[in-house]
Order: sequence, then C-alpha cells, then structure tokens
Amino acid sequence: METTTVETNFKSEEYFINMGPQHPATHGVLRLLLTIDGEIIKKVEPDLGYIHRSIEKMCERDSYQQIVHLTDRMDYLSSNINNEAVCLTIENALEIEIPDRVKVIRTIIGELTRISSHCLWWGVMGMDVGALTTYFYGFRDRELINDIFEETCGARLTMNYNVPGGLMFDIHPNFIKRVKDFIVHFKTKLPEYDRLLTGNVIFHKRTKGVGILTKEDAISFGASGPVGRASGYSCDVRKHHPYSALDKVTFNEALNTEGDTFARYIVRIQEMWESLSIIEQLIDNIPEGEHRVATNAVIKLPKGEFYQRVETARGELGVYVISTGTKNPYRLKFRSPGFSNLSLLNHIAVGGKIGDLVATMATLDLVIPDIDR
Amino acid sequence: MIRALSITKGIHDWLYSIMSENVAHFVEMILIALVYLAIFAIAGLFLVLLERRVAAWFQLRIGPNRVGFKGLLQTMADALKLLSKELTGTEKADKFLYNLAPYFVIITALMALAVIPFTQDFQAFDINIGILFLIAISSIGVIGILLGGWSSNNKFALIGAMRSGVQTISYELSIGLSLLTMILITGTLQLSEIVEVQKNGWLIVQGHIPAIIAFMIYMIAGTAETNRAPFDMAEAESELGAGFHTEYSGMKFAYFFLAEFINMFIIAAIATTVFFGAWLSPFGITESIPLLGVFWFLAKTMMLVFLMMWFRWTFPRLRVDQLLTLEWKYLLPLNLMNIVIMALIVWQNLTIQF
Repeated sequence: METTTVETNFKSEEYFINMGPQHPATHGVLRLLLTIDGEIIKKVEPDLGYIHRSIEKMCERDSYQQIVHLTDRMDYLSSNINNEAVCLTIENALEIEIPDRVKVIRTIIGELTRISSHCLWWGVMGMDVGALTTYFYGFRDRELINDIFEETCGARLTMNYNVPGGLMFDIHPNFIKRVKDFIVHFKTKLPEYDRLLTGNVIFHKRTKGVGILTKEDAISFGASGPVGRASGYSCDVRKHHPYSALDKVTFNEALNTEGDTFARYIVRIQEMWESLSIIEQLIDNIPEGEHRVATNAVIKLPKGEFYQRVETARGELGVYVISTGTKNPYRLKFRSPGFSNLSLLNHIAVGGKIGDLVATMATLDLVIPDIDR
Repeated sequence: MIRALSITKGIHDWLYSIMSENVAHFVEMILIALVYLAIFAIAGLFLVLLERRVAAWFQLRIGPNRVGFKGLLQTMADALKLLSKELTGTEKADKFLYNLAPYFVIITALMALAVIPFTQDFQAFDINIGILFLIAISSIGVIGILLGGWSSNNKFALIGAMRSGVQTISYELSIGLSLLTMILITGTLQLSEIVEVQKNGWLIVQGHIPAIIAFMIYMIAGTAETNRAPFDMAEAESELGAGFHTEYSGMKFAYFFLAEFINMFIIAAIATTVFFGAWLSPFGITESIPLLGVFWFLAKTMMLVFLMMWFRWTFPRLRVDQLLTLEWKYLLPLNLMNIVIMALIVWQNLTIQF
C-alpha cells in the first residue's frame, strides 16, 4: 500500500513531566521523570533518594541487636520478615540452635505480615486503577492482623518482635484463637475481593496485556517475588531455600506465565490463599518450649562473610554481612526487592499510556523506603 | 416566556399592579434568577453531602455525621472554609482565562437548570427547543474545563483538560442520539410537551426495548459527560493529581466542584424528564395535586443520581483510549441502529400506550 505524508502546520513534540515526589500514584516520595508524547510514555526515569536515611551506614555504627530495629524502617509493610532476615543471619553466623517454637511462631508471623501487606497492596492497586472502594476493604482486613500484632508485640507497624536468638516476648495467650478467627474471617472476605475487582470487565481491560515482562527479562533485571513469579520465573525463596519452619509445611508457589499486570495481580491473590494455608498448617502445632535462647549481651560475629535471604511480601531480601570479629559489622548490605523491581519499570512501561504506567507501577508494589533505605 | 407556579401568581399580580409592565417583568426575572441560584446552591451542597454519605456506605465507613443534625451542615461548613481560603494561582497563568474558566462551568450548569420541569409550570423557561437547548448548553461547559486546564500553565492540568475535551465531544453524540431516539415518540423538543405525551405511560414503557437501550446508553454517556468515574479521565487523581483543576483553590475550585454535582443532577433530571415521566406520579396516583410533582420529580432524579454514585464507587477507571473505543466502536453504532428500530416501532404503531 502506498503511503503519502500530509504536510501539516502542527508540530508534535515530546514533553517532559515530573511525576512525584509528591504524587498519588508513586506511593511515597518516588520521583519519576517521564518523557511523554501525548499520552504515550516514551521514557521513565526513576529519581531516588528522597527518603534515603543511610540505614546501611548506620548499621556499621550499631550493635547487632540494634540493627534489627533499623530494618523495620526499610520495607515497613513486611517489617517482621525484615527483622527475621537479620536475626537469621546473626544466628547462622553464631551457629545458635533456635527452638522449634520460635521457628514456627516466626513463620506464622511472617505469613500474617505477608497477608497484611498484600491486603494493603490490593486496596491501593484498586485505587490506582480508579476503584476507590477497594482501599477500605483492604484496610478492614489488614486492621485485624494489626490488632493481633498489637496484642502480641505491642506495635502495629514497626514490630521489633524478632531478636537475635528468638523472640522478644512469648505470644499472647489470645494469639492462637485470634489467628484462627482471622483465618475464618478472611476466607469469606477473599472471594469478596474477587467479586469487587478481579472479575470486573474494566479492570481486565486495564490490566490484561499491559506492562508485559518476559521470563528472560525478569531474570536479567533481577526481579523477585510476585513480579518474577508472574512471568513464570520460579523464585520463591521459601520454596528453594526454606528457612524457619517453612520446610515443615506444604504450599504451592503461586506461578503465572503471562507476565502482564493482571498476572502479577493474580499471583498476589493466590499468595494470600497460600499464606492462609501455611498458617493453618502451623497454628495448631506450635511446639512448647522457650521463646528465646540466651545470647551474649554483646554479640560478636566471627570473622567472615555471611549471607541470608528471605522472601518478603515484595520479593527476595538479602542480608550480606562482612564481619571482622568486632561488635559491629564491618559492612552490611541489604539486597532489597523493591530496588530491582523498580529498575524494570522503564522496560515494561514504555509504549503504554499514562494510565498503564500507573497500573503497572501498582503491581510492582513499590515501597519507597525499601528502595532508598 | 416566564411561567410561574400557581402559588406565585399572587406575587406576579402584585408586581404588575405596582409598577409598569417592563419593570415588573425585569424584577420578576431577577427574582426567579435568585430562586434558581438558591436551588443551585442547596442542591449542590446537598448532593455533595449525599455523595459522601453514599461513598461511606459503600466503603464500610460512617461518613460525615458531626456538623449539624446527622452531618447535614457538613458541606455548608466546607463551603465556608473554601470561601475563607486564599486564592492561590500560578505565576505564569493566563490570568484572564484562568479566572474566567470557573464561571463558564458554573453559568452553563445554572442555565441548564432553567429548563428542567420540576413540576407543572415550575420551569423558568419553556422553550420549544428545550432538549436541543440542554444539549447545546451542556457542551459549552467543557469550554470552561478546557480553558481552566490550558490557562493554568500546568502540564497535568493540560492533559486533564485535553482528555476532558476529547471525552465530552465524543459522548455528546451518544447523549444527543439517545435523546433523539425518544424524540421520535414524542415528536416535540419542548420539555412540557414531552411530559404531556407521557400521561399515556412513561416513555421508557411506551418505547419498550429501544427505549431501555437508549436509557442505558444515555446513562453511560451522561456519566462520561459529567466527568465522573468510571470516566473521570479529566481528574484521574491517581494519574494526574487533580487534573484540570490542579491549580485552582478556594472558591474557584468549589465552583468546579459544585458544577460537577449540578451537572450530575441535570443529567439525572433530563433522564427523569425524557424516560421516566418527569413529575408525573406512577399510575397517576397524585395527579390532582401538582405540587406533589416536585416530590416525584426529585425522588426519580435522586434514584438516578444514586445510580451514578453507585457507578463511581464500584468501577475502576477506563483508560483514555478505551474510553474512545467504547464510544466510537460500540455506543455510536448501537445508538444509530437503535434509532432505526425506534423509527420502525413508531411507524408501525408498536408503542405501548395506556
């Protein structure tokens, strides 16, 4: 077919727009430098550092017990799992044998944290695609988990519940009953999530085929967590390198092959079901025993390098410690899932509309303090 | 011509008795304008409150319930707060257009209100092209949004304004065509006569299948026309911050905000007039008391307003290209086909009349 170019006086040019650091869709203080042609995204350049607090540098100054408290402030939605990661690193380095009770409680608390984080993500995801009501449904269920945490460890967001050697306190006597109540409650509410958002035609239109990430790209960008698994990359640390009591339970790794925004959404919904099943398997079998083994008041790690990975709600969190045998780490590095997941945003968002960018970013589930640290 | 409700006849006669005809006419016009301004303000504030309570109900919350009885004065307090706020603006804005834009939006909303038949003879204007006037006026409103977005010298506002322009121009077609479908039955554009025709049965019953299709298209297009979710492209707070009114504050923002709610009321009121027999009571149960027509009219309108609020608090937002696809690829062909079906039905006298 012959194509003819029509001369017009209209000049079309790309323009630049700042999305953030204060913008409803960036969930905090992420700044995106967007190059846009009309509505079509040409380039996305994340600008980081607005909430950088030098947590890794502060770790070099602090004792090992103090480091645990800093990690709450990284990915604040999976604070328990962050705590657990540091505690596991220290315990493995010191070769302390942890009681089974602690392991089981840590796993239950970790999975509850994952559900609460996904609840919040689900609410915010709905809000980002324009369905404001989901936010309140997500928060309704998250609130129950927060109440359970509050009763057991006295905090709702930054728990500080794990300490090197075990747990700060034993679980509250009501804990088991309340968790069981929550499981019953949440099993009736998760289908409600599907009815409200998952089955919606507009939602399908907004998410299917949007922001496609192939398996190869997922691996090369270092994607982890639900983002990687939605592209068919089996990367669940809980499955491949089980820690705490995760080797005692059976669960399916939520996998999907589509790699689009909808796949990432579905993977997270499935993960909530899987987490519920893990908690169900463990909640009746919490062994009796100590909630903590005594450690030295001043923990000194042996000389060497230690690495521990855990699966947070966002993906793989790695803790890498270099110790020279003193009471502080010589160097401590966190491999945060959000940072790698953000790095692929430009790759999958280019070519889409502004609305697609927002929907895609919502399923990456970014927590900015986790990226900036 | 200005027609007045029978209870205002006393005022009318008195005015004409104490001054010359022209002056009385002028004074009467001002009085009616003031009444409509009052309706505008009260309806606007009430609808904002209603939306907040409905939203709260959908979202497992309680909603505003502290100011006044059951929170009835909440929006009044909000309006007072907005009045007292500083009017900030952008440095490099086109000042004249920037200040003009909110008035465009609010005046067109107010003008459309004038032809709405609240009850028998309670209508400021009863012109013989009533429907055409409504469609024309509602398309002018978008100029205010375009001007506001363009003149505030903000890229987010500009994107919002452009989206709104694209959207309103597209969905105007659907609104016009779906109303045209109903005009085939009535044979008149005058709103009072449209109501008269419906004494033999509401048009949605008279026109049965094509009328129901037309009503559905009208509600979809009407929601889009008022820039409300799931078609709130122009604001899209998760994408554009606040869209076209990003740079507006205080009372200027309130004008945009109130106009949105009044437009929603107008869209619902037109649907009530054209599809659901305006102020006519169901089965003519209160036919003898025309004043009760106001109640029936508002009840029907509020049902439709509630429907639009229901849309807003359940559906996710469409993307801008999907919005246009929906209109040009689905609604428009369906609408044109619907007109042909309606024409056949009217031609063959297949309408249901009581």
